[in-house]
Amino acid sequence: MTQPPDKLRQLLDAAGVARCLDEIAAAIDARWKNEARIALVGVYRRGVPFARALTERLRARGREVDFGKIDITQYRDDLQTMKVVPKLEGSDLGFDLDDAVVILCDEVIYTARTSRAALEELLDFGRPRCVQFAVLVDRAGRELPLQPDYVGIRVDLPAEERVSVRFADGDGWDEVFVRPWQKTNA
Amino acid sequence: MSLTPRKDLLDIASLTNEEIEFVLANAVPFKDLFKRSVKKVPTLKGQTVLTLFYEPSTRTRSSFEVAANRLSADVTHFDIESSSVVKGESVLDTVETLESMRVDYIVVRHKQSGIPSLIAKNTRASVINAGDGWHAHPTQALLDAFTLREKFKDLRGARALIVGDIQHSRVARSTSLIFRRLGMHVAYLAPGSIMPRETPEDVKLFGNWTDALDWKPDVVYLLRVQSERMDEPFFPSAAEYHKNYGLTDARVEILKERGLWLMHPGPVNRGVEITDRGMNYEKSLINQQVENGIAVRMSVLYWLKPGAV
Repeated sequence: MTQPPDKLRQLLDAAGVARCLDEIAAAIDARWKNEARIALVGVYRRGVPFARALTERLRARGREVDFGKIDITQYRDDLQTMKVVPKLEGSDLGFDLDDAVVILCDEVIYTARTSRAALEELLDFGRPRCVQFAVLVDRAGRELPLQPDYVGIRVDLPAEERVSVRFADGDGWDEVFVRPWQKTNA
Repeated sequence: MSLTPRKDLLDIASLTNEEIEFVLANAVPFKDLFKRSVKKVPTLKGQTVLTLFYEPSTRTRSSFEVAANRLSADVTHFDIESSSVVKGESVLDTVETLESMRVDYIVVRHKQSGIPSLIAKNTRASVINAGDGWHAHPTQALLDAFTLREKFKDLRGARALIVGDIQHSRVARSTSLIFRRLGMHVAYLAPGSIMPRETPEDVKLFGNWTDALDWKPDVVYLLRVQSERMDEPFFPSAAEYHKNYGLTDARVEILKERGLWLMHPGPVNRGVEITDRGMNYEKSLINQQVENGIAVRMSVLYWLKPGAV
């Protein structure tokens, strides 16, 4: 297993990530226990394996869960100032959104600008009955008034530090760690 | 994969293979957008796209305007017919006026080759060549490549027969170039009078349908007969052109037997390059070309950035 060379410190190891996923899945299950079908939508990129991991846990509990993913690039509010143009991955919601109970899933919420874009895009697909947010890491520093409904861990970090999440599904291992901020523009 | 933005799109020749791939790949999610109830994204919110057509055009201009609208840009058409251009204002004077309006994108078509490039050098706005003289029509080439890629996942080794007025066709130049850049084999079929004197070495030339079909193309790409670009007639009559070089009903049957795809950049001269029956041919990609044109132009607008190098 390769570890990132610039890792500063670990916030969650694989067991910690699994515990958070179990707790969030249990909370969603309890909140919507009378709902026949719910839908989990991952925000590209690492919101997707996060949503998939929650979907698997809910299905293991016998719940019917739709799964989708959205790429918020076309809804970003900083496209005009970016020095590179991101490739679009595309959104894929293979179910009818109208009247659905949707849990938007992202690995980290910080400023909430991504969450704003995700919510705006989701609403362009249809009219869900209810939308909630699930995140693995809730980092203090909101620039917009959006709050998650389900949270794995809460952290407050200096601006020079960045939370990074790895999932076994895609990265090869589960982990949450903090590293120095590197401005990528992307 | 991210990519550095460009300021202008003037031709296919100056694009890298990576840039071509980037535009074609991003057109896929833009096309997916058409299936949604809200067919619009806020990507170019606050930006202004201006269409500047010195030549008449219906479909290309509409296609750009729909593309810009779906990206939430403000879209304006500069009406040449009622502008000072008819009073003798030069292209650069017009550009100066547009600079003052602070438009972000200028989509330009002109009968003279090189005008989009001239405009691009004199404005901060991103300039997209929507066809200049015999020179280039890059977005048509990109949409043609995108349309064929929907049918052939990998274009390498596929064969395209381009038929008609090659000499006067910016479409033939741009489309044959992108097809070859993507690994296709290209051949031209045209009367000698409208076959260009200089053609790329890797393009095969045919003077009749029999030989051209023996080459076993996968797609037949008909060009519009550009009579408005001809200072003198290049063939005796439209009927004779149709008989010798058009897609007659008998040739439609051959295409059908061999399962060949059919393309045309539009607008079609019915009865000249193609018959009514040819227009209803089941493996015609003409309507897909129109639909894909919007997605590809959205992808181009998304990639270009005013003021970029």
